[in-house]
Amino acid sequence: MMEYQEGLRNNCENTTREEMINQIKSLKFSIIELGLYLDTHPEDKKAICMHKEYCKQLKDIEDKYQKMYGPLTIYWPCNKWRWLETPWPWERGNY
Amino acid sequence: MWTYNKVLEYPINIKCSNPKLAKFIISQYGGPDGEIGASLRYLSQRFGMPDQKAKAILNDIGTEELAHLEMVGTIVHQLTDGVSAEEMEKMGLGAYYTDHGLGVYPQAAAGWPWNAATIAVKGDPIADLQEDLAADK
Repeated sequence: MMEYQEGLRNNCENTTREEMINQIKSLKFSIIELGLYLDTHPEDKKAICMHKEYCKQLKDIEDKYQKMYGPLTIYWPCNKWRWLETPWPWERGNY
Repeated sequence: MWTYNKVLEYPINIKCSNPKLAKFIISQYGGPDGEIGASLRYLSQRFGMPDQKAKAILNDIGTEELAHLEMVGTIVHQLTDGVSAEEMEKMGLGAYYTDHGLGVYPQAAAGWPWNAATIAVKGDPIADLQEDLAADK
């Protein structure tokens, strides 16, 4: 398990915004594809283990990212409507 | 229900516009085998699936196809962003520009708007899964 965990884990204290969003994208992509695999292979313990670990990492880094740079979904509570401040994915720069 | 995630499933950052390429890529957005057809095909067929695995896989692939739709739309948008009417015309997109400007419209490369006649939903799991094989070929 360790190699999977180390693969995407990164202490994000000193990482840039771009590095953080790239990690978020990598984790989301991995979780989506693992989910599709698990739909037809629900008994695969190794895949479940990877899925669980990536979900945990994603939650941690998404919480940190959204606190610093604003919401990635409308389910993130804000004191003002920061949804309008963050760039849209189709715009260049692509945060 | 769905939740929008304000990121692309895979990053896209096109540096140079290329309307000629956009003219072909738009078929992957709204053409007969494009992403809108793929997502609606799977998300509609899922209601007729008999077991948990089949329901889950069509639900989750149909969802992922919506993320692909956004990626292909982004490619078309970035390939045509800021392009002049004259340039669009020169690259074979004069007719497109007339109706859609620089908007991203779900159509095939030849100009036909997306049409549900390009997908099948038969309420029969074997027939539907066969159609999925053909569509993904």
